[in-house]
Amino acid sequence: MTKHVEIRICGLGGQGVVLAGQILGKAAVFDGLNVVQTQSYGAEARGSAAKSEVILSDTKVGFPMIRHCDVLVAMNQKSLDMYVKDLKDDGILIVDEGLVEKIPSGLKAKTFRVAATKTAENEFKSKLYANMIMLGAMTKISRVVSIGALEKAIAESFPEKVKEVNIEAFRKGLALT
Amino acid sequence: MLNPGIKFMQGSQALAEAAITAGLRFFAGYPITPASEIAEHLAKELPKVGGIAIQMEDEIASIATIIGASWTGAKVMTATSGPGFSLMQENIGLAFMTETPLVIADMQRAGPSTGQATKCGQGDVMQARWGTHGDYASITLSPNSVQEMFDLTIRAFNLAEKYRTPVILLGDEIIAHMRESIIIPPKNSIEIVNRKKPRPGETMFFGGEEIPPMPSIGEGFNVTVTGSTHDEYGIRITADPVGHRKLVKRLVGKILNNADEIVEVEAYNTENCKIGVVSFGCTSRAVYEAVERANEKGVKTGFIRLKTLWPFPEKQVKVLAQTAKTILVPEMNLRQIFFEVTRVAEGAAKVVPLNKIGGGEMITPEEILAVLLKEGA
Repeated sequence: MTKHVEIRICGLGGQGVVLAGQILGKAAVFDGLNVVQTQSYGAEARGSAAKSEVILSDTKVGFPMIRHCDVLVAMNQKSLDMYVKDLKDDGILIVDEGLVEKIPSGLKAKTFRVAATKTAENEFKSKLYANMIMLGAMTKISRVVSIGALEKAIAESFPEKVKEVNIEAFRKGLALT
Repeated sequence: MLNPGIKFMQGSQALAEAAITAGLRFFAGYPITPASEIAEHLAKELPKVGGIAIQMEDEIASIATIIGASWTGAKVMTATSGPGFSLMQENIGLAFMTETPLVIADMQRAGPSTGQATKCGQGDVMQARWGTHGDYASITLSPNSVQEMFDLTIRAFNLAEKYRTPVILLGDEIIAHMRESIIIPPKNSIEIVNRKKPRPGETMFFGGEEIPPMPSIGEGFNVTVTGSTHDEYGIRITADPVGHRKLVKRLVGKILNNADEIVEVEAYNTENCKIGVVSFGCTSRAVYEAVERANEKGVKTGFIRLKTLWPFPEKQVKVLAQTAKTILVPEMNLRQIFFEVTRVAEGAAKVVPLNKIGGGEMITPEEILAVLLKEGA
């Protein structure tokens, strides 16, 4: 059986969803997978809907866009409403508990609520860490990439002085679920 | 500069790294989505190898500056998207007329005008061919992966140097922003071409042979560089019909006569297909799967993927038109390469367009497959 997983991380511009997707993609390369990561955001720097899509496969990835989403991570209500349509019935939905109130009715995908932004504010004094907390929760729930690869990818993606705190936030996410 | 090995990189970064590897030492540009990452990466990396990356006041100044810099002997590049590419057209003519090697990276977005700045388009194909005025020929390359953003950038510099002409690297938002794993080859395995230089005492820098040698300013040669029609020595000829014909025909000829060497395509099953697909850039990423699924369903399908858009791969498309009954041309514009395929097919095959624009939505494998099954029925 070939491995082919489509993951979409969406939210508001500024929540760090594009960076989260990049780190996830890098981790999958460390795990020896073929990866395509794409992103989409509005012309505004902050506040418009943003998404980051990652396709992991053990064969070559042709079409780079998501059509059958296995894992959807939604960091706010608006982006969930916009991007839930491709989520597979046997897929996984992970939402930021504080920022997503309404799960679309009739959704068959298994849903997990993670208090990412709230935890970031309470424990790291900044909601900037919500994306790494979410990555941790997603890694634990979906097991699409290894924890070791993700920690290595996070370490390579941040400057020295904020590296540790981001890995800490990731580990917090692992423990939340 | 990057060490060889497997990397997870963005298309724009791969392009920038390849440019440095190819010998780029002077970059001038003006920020624009979705090409800003190229300038950003070069601003950081180019000074480390002794090069210069400069932000100019606009795109016109950017290309004008790199033309000048190329005449000092440097390998040069600018990077932009549709609106900036429009502004550069006049000076692309100057670079062509003065036989100035340079690379223009145009990462296409949805136009015309400001259009949708962050969304993908493939609407600059004809602009890359005919954007400046007068008779000229363009070399335009079209990458479809992060790996090719690296490989074709090296090739763009090599072709610019070899043919002493501007080369356009026509990417798109999807490929520029996409991240993929790529293999950076060992430096000594990459072929690097440098422009031919004159020997001491030589005086003909604009004729006498198909691709004349190019001196650098400051080396002691007497050099006149002019956008006016000129003779072999660079002396202006503003009225003589013969001189103009000779110059412009040589400039166009040095590209079109060498089309066999410049043109590259990726072809699959073209000798044995009922339907062929001709595509390029990001759209070709949907074609692989569509063609595979059509063949699984018993419709004999092949494809040509244009790695070179200009000069147009006429021979390859002509052969496909002789074999296939139908040729499908999917592209993220309202028909551009479609007309080239129609021209070359000369009625031997039915040419079917498939077009989609706006919102950065790609043409999907399913949309292509639906047409293949319908036409193949």
